[in-house]
Amino acid sequence: MPAPLLVLNHVSKVYANGTVALQDMSLAIPEGQFVSLVGPSGCGKSTVLRLIAGLGQLTSGSIEWGSNCQQNVPSRSAESKLAFVFQEPALLPWATVMENVRLPLKLAGEPKEKADPKVLQALQQVGLQGFEGSFPRELSGGMRMRVSIARALVTKPQVLLMDEPFGALDEITRSKLNSELLQLWQEQRWTVIFVTHSIYEAVYLSNRVVVMAARPGRVVADIPIEAPYPRSEDFRTSPLYNDYCREVAARLREAMADVTQEPYPPLVRRLR
Amino acid sequence: MLDRLASLLQFLDHQLGSLGVGILPEHLSWRGPARALGGAVKEKLRPEPRREAEVPGPGLSTSPQRLPLGKWLKPEVIAPGMVGLLFLGLWEVGVRLTGVPPYLLPGPILVAKTLVQEWGSLFPSLLVTLQVTVVAFLLAAVSGLLLAVLFTQSKWIERSFFPYAVVLQTTPIVSIAPLIIIWLRHNTFAAMVVCAWIVAFFPILSNTTLGLNSVDHNLLNLFQLYKANRWQTLIYLRLPSALPYFLGGLRISGGLSLIGAVVAEFVAGSGGERAGIAYQILISSFNLQVPRMFAALVLLTGLGVLIFVALSALSNKILGRWHESVVPRNS
Repeated sequence: MPAPLLVLNHVSKVYANGTVALQDMSLAIPEGQFVSLVGPSGCGKSTVLRLIAGLGQLTSGSIEWGSNCQQNVPSRSAESKLAFVFQEPALLPWATVMENVRLPLKLAGEPKEKADPKVLQALQQVGLQGFEGSFPRELSGGMRMRVSIARALVTKPQVLLMDEPFGALDEITRSKLNSELLQLWQEQRWTVIFVTHSIYEAVYLSNRVVVMAARPGRVVADIPIEAPYPRSEDFRTSPLYNDYCREVAARLREAMADVTQEPYPPLVRRLR
Repeated sequence: MLDRLASLLQFLDHQLGSLGVGILPEHLSWRGPARALGGAVKEKLRPEPRREAEVPGPGLSTSPQRLPLGKWLKPEVIAPGMVGLLFLGLWEVGVRLTGVPPYLLPGPILVAKTLVQEWGSLFPSLLVTLQVTVVAFLLAAVSGLLLAVLFTQSKWIERSFFPYAVVLQTTPIVSIAPLIIIWLRHNTFAAMVVCAWIVAFFPILSNTTLGLNSVDHNLLNLFQLYKANRWQTLIYLRLPSALPYFLGGLRISGGLSLIGAVVAEFVAGSGGERAGIAYQILISSFNLQVPRMFAALVLLTGLGVLIFVALSALSNKILGRWHESVVPRNS
């Protein structure tokens, strides 16, 4: 096993209102791994991503980057260590596809002539050639997500954080984007931390599935998915795939069982 | 075209007269010696008054024009046009049937005739008012935008100053206009601009502040992730996000700056070379020239509508392809 790229040491996060989003979470992620975080809503899986991205303060614990990480990259360089793909495409509605994908480079102060070839390459990677001049609202949901992914890829990140990126898409678009993402990952070998609530998506994509439980958010299972890549569409119907799905589902159910034993929240109690 | 309009007015007058309600000639005579100048109607008709076409309105669109008819014969033009025509028709007939004297309520035909006759004195006044309006409006747009940007840079600046902007907004302009005119007594133009500015700037300030604060949180996260500085976040994210709100503020303030200018003129009451349209309304009311008041009002309202239409067009042009307010729904 290669040296970990990213280590979470007993990380806790308590929000100002007292909600314990994460309790004592420890996780080591080796370089090049595709890790999925699966869990019920409120288990803190999105919080983990936000903390890794530096979009929030830890309450306790630490997040450490390994020595093999591009630490020495200057903070304002166009080559960013991290890229984030949000649940929504989060595009600038007033900017064209081209301008949206160029944004990270523009913010890093890279001139247009230098940025444009990279932008075109990223657009080609996600299959959006010919849509450079379109505005986000002229595109379908799946295409907007592709723009969002292209924007993440344009900085040539080492780590890709994805927060339920395909959650709002229909099943067909989702599985198409899944296999394309997997193909890109095999070419680029980023480290991917992928948050999802879909067991099937997690098992299909990852070589490791981390199951989390809610209230307080914590890790309850860490399941390696030992199936070879490239994973074709046939993998989705194979017995191996089904076994893994069943296992993750079982662990998830255990995690959920803890939650349902808790007293009903006030609203539900009133309705009964 | 003017000849046609004049003959149309004559025709309408004649038609209504044959119904036994034609009292127009008598009404015209009440204006007495002061209006004797109006005898030279034909000469005064020469400068093309475009506004005046508004009174007969879409009725004219049945006659051949330079503009393609199809462009104007859309339901959204015809429907309000019909309502307007019906209203004007009822008004004219009502005035004639009840025999209300024109110094109380003139009919629309008389108003149109007066507008044509008084064009030479009313239109330059309208331009004076327009000048005050435009200067105040531009000042309001710039100051409102700058202040809103300042507010969003620090919550404390906003908390400290916003209440006073509200105070300025809620103080009725009529009650502070005299004070401003006393303070700026050597420069009436500046005084009027200040009055109009006070009324116009608040909607821009409050709308733009709202817009600058309504940025999509995901986009703010994105900018933070890519280590954008304050300036970049303002230029590339906050200002474009606030643009629809700012333009909405402009649309409100365009009309308000006209109202502010009119109020200031009423209070200042300055005549002479720099007499605005509101002053003309005031003078007409002193002289009981009610048809002239109506004619001036038509001009004023027309200008207000024109300002609104121009700002709406500007807004649509700028928001172009990206904003929900402009793009058709099914895409």
